[in-house]
Amino acid sequence: MELITILDILDSTVRSATPLLLACLAGLYSERAGIFDIGLEGKMLAAAFGAAAVAAITGDVWIGLCAGIAASLILSAIHGLASITFRGNQLISGVAINFFAAGMTVVIAQSLFGQGGRTPQLSGDGRFGPITLPFAETLRDVPIIGPIYYELISGHTILVYIAMLCVPFTWWLLSSTRFGLRLRAVGENPAAVDTAGVSVVGLRFAAVAICGVLCGIAGAQLATAEPAAGFVKEMTAGRGFIALAALIFAKWRPWYALLSCLLFGLLQAIAIRPDQIEAVFGFQVQAQFLDALPYILTVIILAGFVGKAIPPRAGGEPYVKER
Amino acid sequence: MNKMPKWADVVLIPLISLILAAFFSALVIWAIGEDPINALQVMIKGAAGSTYAWGYTLYYATNFIFTGLAVSIAFHARLFNIGGEGQAMLGGLGVAIVCLYIPWPHWTLALIGASIGGALFGVAWAVIPAFLQAKRGSHIVITTIMFNFIAAALLNFLLIGMLKPPGAMDVATAKFPEATHLPNIHEILGLVGIPFSKATPANISLFIGIAACVALWALIWQTRLGYEIRSFGRSEPAAKYAGINRTRIIMLAMVISGGLAGMMAINNVMGEAERLVLNAVEGAGFIGIAVALMGRSHPFGVFLAAILFGFLYQGGAELAFSTSIPREMIVVIQSLVILFTGAFDNMVRAPIERLFMRLQKSPNVASVE
Repeated sequence: MELITILDILDSTVRSATPLLLACLAGLYSERAGIFDIGLEGKMLAAAFGAAAVAAITGDVWIGLCAGIAASLILSAIHGLASITFRGNQLISGVAINFFAAGMTVVIAQSLFGQGGRTPQLSGDGRFGPITLPFAETLRDVPIIGPIYYELISGHTILVYIAMLCVPFTWWLLSSTRFGLRLRAVGENPAAVDTAGVSVVGLRFAAVAICGVLCGIAGAQLATAEPAAGFVKEMTAGRGFIALAALIFAKWRPWYALLSCLLFGLLQAIAIRPDQIEAVFGFQVQAQFLDALPYILTVIILAGFVGKAIPPRAGGEPYVKER
Repeated sequence: MNKMPKWADVVLIPLISLILAAFFSALVIWAIGEDPINALQVMIKGAAGSTYAWGYTLYYATNFIFTGLAVSIAFHARLFNIGGEGQAMLGGLGVAIVCLYIPWPHWTLALIGASIGGALFGVAWAVIPAFLQAKRGSHIVITTIMFNFIAAALLNFLLIGMLKPPGAMDVATAKFPEATHLPNIHEILGLVGIPFSKATPANISLFIGIAACVALWALIWQTRLGYEIRSFGRSEPAAKYAGINRTRIIMLAMVISGGLAGMMAINNVMGEAERLVLNAVEGAGFIGIAVALMGRSHPFGVFLAAILFGFLYQGGAELAFSTSIPREMIVVIQSLVILFTGAFDNMVRAPIERLFMRLQKSPNVASVE
């Protein structure tokens, strides 16, 4: 296989991995604080719609991004209210949010645009375009490094770079700051945090809000970053659950999250290029098998046959203050 | 604290949750510029206004009875089976294989065979997550979600490849043989002289669903296994102390759950489509969650909630047909029902409990004086 083909596949890997990574980190904040979130899918979907709809109306993708984040935050607030304030079942709340987003996006899209649940095509300032990094053009002709820099590293949308920067930032925040330590503590032993005089409810709401913001960016990437040009119904197509799988695969750690999202992104990238797989491996791989592979791998990891994934200890349990 | 009369828990709270869900649904309909009252009238006419409408309502309800019961029995063991969708998909595969490859002489035998086939395939899809939960400590919610996606990929693979008859264009199996045709409600009611629309998919599976409700009720409240499942669900340490085997309960609860979800296929695959198509389940596995929550995991409650959701499903289809409200509105209503009866349960419950405590306190105070 030629270098340019490899770079093309890797380029598409980065693009498919970005929404996964953002949603995965979103889930990481929430779950490390002890709030299970299976509503990542719904939040991403709502954000994708919010971003595309507002970008279509205003023609400004940045306002669209803000709207996407706002849509996702509203769902986060519902999730927080249900699972923190009213101590409801976090899983059931997540299921409800997924359906709410799946239904509402189409109902609103139909009412606003009347195009069968999609938004109008975005163009120009209505979507995020690729950014050419400095010297990409000049270095292009340097062997090996040139094409890698030009094809793979340069030429993504701003959201891709934001997502990549989120990984070291999250790692730093969780491992080296007071907020991060408390956030992790509240997911392991909320009673201890409470005893130390720190608000469990406040921390958990903060975590859920961060989760909302990140899912918002993830949704915006799906609907408004080139080559995407708008919202179509059910456009997340299970990515929220792949992100959840990646989170388990990563054992709730930021750097591993990057790796697992890139792996799952790679699977998506090669699933749409069956001829390339045949050329390299000499046999056909069923696209359906590649679709299912992230889930199969996660089940294997969960089963503990290859390393054990241990979730945060207080995950899923509402905190009841002792009286 | 727990001094609320039983009727309030069983009737009042679900009713208030339902009213809240209905209120917010009406708000959404109003916000997109439609008349909620008119929408309700269209839904009632479309889902209950004729025997044709009832035929569809009951057909959908049958699906939801099976998936609702499946989620309920898992709830009793405090297991959240989100995998009903995948289990029902696999059930469809089981039913299709049984119907296509065994030459049945009569539909009664075919129905028994298909029920077993569907249930077994559903069980197979539920047993792996159950085993992983019981033995390896992996969370059943996550594994059942993953299994839904794996099931979808598997079915897609089989329907594009092996199961598709040569030369066919549709992504579906061949039509089942004539001998596996299940009598529909029109034919059944015709025997006793009651006229019913011919063109509806409601079929004999409805009665099997009702029988399953009764059987599950008996299992949960009249047998030792049911008692063990309920004890385990209430308190795992207590159940362990009483000598109840954790692995056995998790496995059996999920076997029953997966079997019920798989049996749904006798209705949608064998009864309606008479062949296995892609996406035959149409989200019924997920609606089972809403149905189980609304029905408070009681088979009779599940039956009522399934009828209600059948009504919503059919009514929603009519809405999309005769107003500008899209079909996805029913997904919104479904999510609101799950939200208010499930996630926001405490929000509804707490003020009512307080109210009853105040009501009960006052006569006591009077008698002391």
